[in-house]
Amino acid sequence: MSNAQIEIQLIASLVAIACAIPGTFLVLRKMAMISDAISHSILPGIVIGFFITQDLNSPLLILLAAITGIITVVLVEYIQKTGLVKEDTAIGLVFPILFSIGVILIAKNANDVHLDVDAVLLGELAFAPFDRLLIAGMDVGPKSLWVIGSILLITIGLLFAFFKELKISTFDVGLAASLGFSPAVIHYGLMTVSSVTTVGAFDAVGAILVVALMIAPAATAYLLTNNLKHMLAYAICFGVFSALSGYWLAHWLDASIAGSITTMLGLIFLMVYLFAPKKGIIAVLYREKQQRTEVSLLTFLLHLRNHNEEEERHVNHLNEHINWQKVRSKTVLELALKNNMIVITNNIVSLTEKGKDFTAQAIDYIITNEDSKIEHMKDDFFLFRG
Amino acid sequence: MMNEDKEDSLTDASAGVVAVKVDDLTVAYNYKPVLWDIDLEIPEGVLMAIVGPNGAGKSTLIKSILGILNPIAGSVSIYGKSYEKQRALVAYVPQKGSVDWDFPTTALDVVMMGTYGSLGWIKRPGQKEKKLALEALEKVGMLPFKNRQISQLSGGQQQRIFLARALVQDASIYFMDEPFQGVDATTEIAIINILKELRKANKTVIVVHHDLQTVPEYFDWVTFLNVKKIATGPVKDIFNDDNLTKTYGINYKVSIQE
Repeated sequence: MSNAQIEIQLIASLVAIACAIPGTFLVLRKMAMISDAISHSILPGIVIGFFITQDLNSPLLILLAAITGIITVVLVEYIQKTGLVKEDTAIGLVFPILFSIGVILIAKNANDVHLDVDAVLLGELAFAPFDRLLIAGMDVGPKSLWVIGSILLITIGLLFAFFKELKISTFDVGLAASLGFSPAVIHYGLMTVSSVTTVGAFDAVGAILVVALMIAPAATAYLLTNNLKHMLAYAICFGVFSALSGYWLAHWLDASIAGSITTMLGLIFLMVYLFAPKKGIIAVLYREKQQRTEVSLLTFLLHLRNHNEEEERHVNHLNEHINWQKVRSKTVLELALKNNMIVITNNIVSLTEKGKDFTAQAIDYIITNEDSKIEHMKDDFFLFRG
Repeated sequence: MMNEDKEDSLTDASAGVVAVKVDDLTVAYNYKPVLWDIDLEIPEGVLMAIVGPNGAGKSTLIKSILGILNPIAGSVSIYGKSYEKQRALVAYVPQKGSVDWDFPTTALDVVMMGTYGSLGWIKRPGQKEKKLALEALEKVGMLPFKNRQISQLSGGQQQRIFLARALVQDASIYFMDEPFQGVDATTEIAIINILKELRKANKTVIVVHHDLQTVPEYFDWVTFLNVKKIATGPVKDIFNDDNLTKTYGINYKVSIQE
């Protein structure tokens, strides 16, 4: 690998981490669309900043763009508060207007400056290593590496300092407010970090693909864990993995790096969506099938328990009585036999001791309210673990 | 006889310490008042129900006292000082539906959140906070579920977790927004027993309540609310058909069985 290649991958990975952290909280706060709005509406901030500084990596430009991001959030909330339109409508009203101001500004001045909409929206990671930061004539690395590195350090610092506050205000705004953790301060803090990160990342991956790096890793992680810290860690891992694999995919296909990274993000989400052990589609379908079988088995055993008459327990009658098709009856009958819950003599089905116990326990479970008493039973019944 | 009782209890209340005092409180949503000029004194050590029809402003009253909503007029004091200065004395149980139960966290972690107030900004919970949280879980009978993800708990269990989170704050005044909503009979009894224990320890408990039938059984103090305050005082004196009718606007007949 050449130096430039290593630098590109390093920048991409740092961007991924810097995006995954605020992204996790945006996803949990159901504010994914706000990140989309910010990513578009910072354009006028970037353009104005660029006119003033003539430098895409200037701190002033980052500041101006971040302010535009905050203005977006304030405007959305203001319109929403009037109660005339819903939040999604307010978002849809605000960001195209701000975005179009940026587009017009660029078009009016396109002849004089080196800035075009494509560069802002799609970014070009491949060129990042060419723009070097010189300190006292010394080459200390690509500028964007320093920009995103600084933003990431601040983000991590804030995350460690205010993890507790972020958690409580995301989970329970009312409690946070009553305990004196102003939800507004935390909300605008998170919005500022999201805006700054978006600006810092836009010339690497483009303002639009930043959204993918914020939302997709967090959404993927959400499917895999019930622990906020793990969710953050998973989101970071998915982000970095997509950044690196996306880079090599682009290298191999000779395609856009940002596009390839986003493709990888989508693929990883799809994989997890399908195969996640608990919330994945396949696991859910499998569990439903198991539950169906267990319910059928219980229905069958209950029927046997409730009827002593032999004709009610004749194999051929069971089909009619419980109103099942042949296949299902056969599956259930075999399952019960295999588990020694029933015996069949002369085509008459009877419960064994084990079958009686199982049925009694299951009924207890269903009708009892004392959950803690029957906690251990959850392992015996697939049915109740759902 | 009735009059004498009334005199006695009124003297009791006025002689005791006032835990919560609300003066001329008016709260509006978009300039439409939902609470109008509320004056309220809640004596220390009572178990008080706030009753009133939907939209009467019961939750709004609690939220305004706790500084979650900003009133357009009036003031609130907790033991004579502003709420901001007395946060540590107050615990709050929001409506169960006000949070996202799919949030990636465990029962123990939610209860730990009750300790955040005493920690203040930045400082993180440690072993001491964890121990307090485990004790609170034990009190509400939820210890076996401490590591359960909160979406895997039943409605009643979730309510108990919320209660444990308030208990861990070890406050003097507890505000609860419909703690009995959507819980089964077992949980309701468990919760009311804990509330009665709190009262025994001279804590003040204020509960937004919907089930009028259980008011005389559970509570010793009641406030009737419908945008304006209709009445407040001891249950045995003021929980009658007259006040119920004034509050709910229809001819209410809840006979109080002795």
